Amino acid sequence: MASKKIHAIYTDDDLLLQAVKQTRAEHYHIEEVFTPFPVHGLDSAAGVAPTRIAITSFLYGLLGLSVAVTMLNFIMIEDWPQNIGGKPSFAFYTNMPAFIPVMFEMTVFFAAHLMVVTFYMRSKIWPFKKAENPDPRTTDDRFLMAIDAENHDIDILTKFLYDTGAEEIRLIENEQEH
Amino acid sequence: MYTLPRSLKLFSIILVILGVLGIAYGFLTTPKTVEEVKEIMAAEASHGEGHDETHAAEGHDGSHESNFVDTARGEEGYAERAIAHEKEAHEEAHGISHEEHVLHQLQTRPWSATFVAAFFFMMIALGALVFYAIQYASSAGWSPVLYRVIEGVTTYLLPGSIIVFLIVVFAGTHFYPWQDHELVAEDKILQAKSGYLNFPFFLVRAIIYILGWNLYRHFSRKNSLKLAETNDIAYHQKNFKFSVFFLVFFLATEATMAWDWFMSMTPHWYSTLFAWYIFATMFVSAITVISLTTIYLKSKGLLPFVSDRHLHDLAKFMFAFSIFWTYLWFGQFMLIWYANIPEEVTYFILRIQQYNVLFFGMLILNFVFPILMLMNSDYKRIPWFVVMAGVVILVGHYIDVFLLVMPSTVGHNWHFGIPEIAAILFFLGLFIFIVGTGLSRVSLQPKNDPYIKESENYHF
Repeated sequence: MASKKIHAIYTDDDLLLQAVKQTRAEHYHIEEVFTPFPVHGLDSAAGVAPTRIAITSFLYGLLGLSVAVTMLNFIMIEDWPQNIGGKPSFAFYTNMPAFIPVMFEMTVFFAAHLMVVTFYMRSKIWPFKKAENPDPRTTDDRFLMAIDAENHDIDILTKFLYDTGAEEIRLIENEQEH
Repeated sequence: MYTLPRSLKLFSIILVILGVLGIAYGFLTTPKTVEEVKEIMAAEASHGEGHDETHAAEGHDGSHESNFVDTARGEEGYAERAIAHEKEAHEEAHGISHEEHVLHQLQTRPWSATFVAAFFFMMIALGALVFYAIQYASSAGWSPVLYRVIEGVTTYLLPGSIIVFLIVVFAGTHFYPWQDHELVAEDKILQAKSGYLNFPFFLVRAIIYILGWNLYRHFSRKNSLKLAETNDIAYHQKNFKFSVFFLVFFLATEATMAWDWFMSMTPHWYSTLFAWYIFATMFVSAITVISLTTIYLKSKGLLPFVSDRHLHDLAKFMFAFSIFWTYLWFGQFMLIWYANIPEEVTYFILRIQQYNVLFFGMLILNFVFPILMLMNSDYKRIPWFVVMAGVVILVGHYIDVFLLVMPSTVGHNWHFGIPEIAAILFFLGLFIFIVGTGLSRVSLQPKNDPYIKESENYHF
C-alpha cells in the first residue's frame, strides 16, 4: 500500500473522465476512482480489465441445471417411480416436460444467486464492513481520483492535476492499513 | 445506392424457373385415382423403405394403430381388440375407404409444399414490417439507420401476401376440411363452428388482412421517403400514428390469420396460444433476415453508417426472440402434454409419431444453437458468426412452418422431395429478386429522421 498519494476532487463526470484519460496518458498510476454514480466509459478509460462475472454466471447456471436434473431423476425416476396421475415415470426423458419448469428455475436461481455472492466476495462487501470512503462527498456530488505519488515529484503532479480541472487536491501521507 | 448485381439477378431468375418446374412436376405427378394409390402403397409395402418403416410393419395405417399400442400393459390382445374396434368405428363414421383418404393426402402434398414455402417468405416480410412499426411506435433511437434495409425486406410483402392469399383461397378442402359440406353435415363440432368457419367470411377476412398490411406498408414507406425529401417532421408524426394503429390492427388480424390459415386445418383442435406462437416464428425469422441483409449490404460497403453495435442489437433480438419462440412452443406443448385431453393431444401425437426427428430436431436448431452461439456478447459483433446462427434459425423456422402445415394436411404421407425443395427455390428466388430491386430504388441512408443522428452515433 502506498504511503503517499494524492486525492484530486472533481465536480463533473465529464471532467473526471477527461482527467482520467490525461492521467493515464502521462503514465501516472491511478489507484482508485470514487464516484457517486456509474460513469459511462470510466472503466475502459481507467484501463480496468473487462469483468468475467457473466462467465461465472453461465457456469453457475450449468451447475443449477445439473443439480435439478440429478435431483429430479433420483427422486422421481430412480428412488420411487410412482404412478402419479398417469405420468410416465419409466425414464427421465419420458416425464421430462413436467420437470422443465423446475430445471429452468433452478438454473436461474443458481446463476443469479451464486453470481451475486461472487460479486460480493470479489468486491469485498458484506454487512458490518467498514466503509472505505476517503471523502463522504463522493457519495453525493463529488468525484475523487486517487493517484499513487510515491515516486513522483509532488509539485509537478499537483500542477498537472490542477490543469486537468481538479477542484481540490490533497496530499495523503502514511495512510493506515485497514 | 445499391444495385442488384447481375449475377444475383440471374441466380434468382434461375431459382424461380427451377422452382416453377419443380412445383409443376409436383402437381402433375400426384395420383389421380384410388387404383394408382393402391399401386403406390403396394410398391411401398414390398420394398419396405422410406421414412416410416415402422408404420409399414404395423399395417396399412400406422397412425391409428400406434396410438393403441399399449406398451405398459404389455397385453397384445388388448391392443389388437382396440385397433379392430377403432377401425370399424372409423370406417362406419366416415364411409370412405382408407385408400381414398391416402389419395386425398397425396393430392394435397404439392399444395402444402407450396404453401409452406410461400408463407415462410411472406411471414419474413410481414415480421419485418411489424419490427419496423415497433421501431416507429417506440421512437427507437438505435434503429433508424436500418429503416431503408427493413423497408427493402418488406417490399416482398405485396407479391408474397397475394400468393399466400391465392393459395389459401383456392386450396379448398385440400387444407380445410370444414369446406367439405358432406363432412360438415355429419359433424356436430364443425356445424357449431360454421358461424366462423364458412367460406365467404373466410374470404372476407383474408382480404382484410392483406389489404390492411399492404396499406400500412405502402403509406409508411411513402411517408418515410417524403420525410427524406422534404425534411417535414409531419411525415414522421404521421408514420408514428400509422405505426401505432397498425400494431393494434396487426395483433388482432395476426391472431385470426393464425386461426384461419393454420388452426382450421385441424378444425377439431384448438389452442389459445397458437397465434402468439406463429407470431414468434414470424418475428424471429424476420429479424434474422434483416440482420443477414444488413450484413450483406455492409460487406458491400453500402452501409458505412451501420456499426457493429447495430449488428449487436439485431443479434440480441435474434437471441431473445429465439428464446421467446421456445417459451411459447414449450408453453403450448407442455400444457397439452400434461393434461393429455384426447381432443387436444392428437395434434402432438401426430407430430411426435410421424415427424419425430423434425419435431425435436427443430428445437435444437431454434433453441439450443441460438442460445449457445449468440449468448456471448463479443460473438454478436462478428458478422460470420451471426450469419451462421441466422442460417440455422431460418432452417429451423422453415421446419416449424412445415410442421404446422404438413401433419395436418398430408399426415404420414410426407416426404421432403422435389415439390418441397422446388417451392423453397421458387420463393427464395422471388424473395431475392424483389427485395433486391426494392433495396435498389432509393439511397440506403435514411435522411432527416429525427433520431437519425442518435442512431448514427449509437454506442453502448
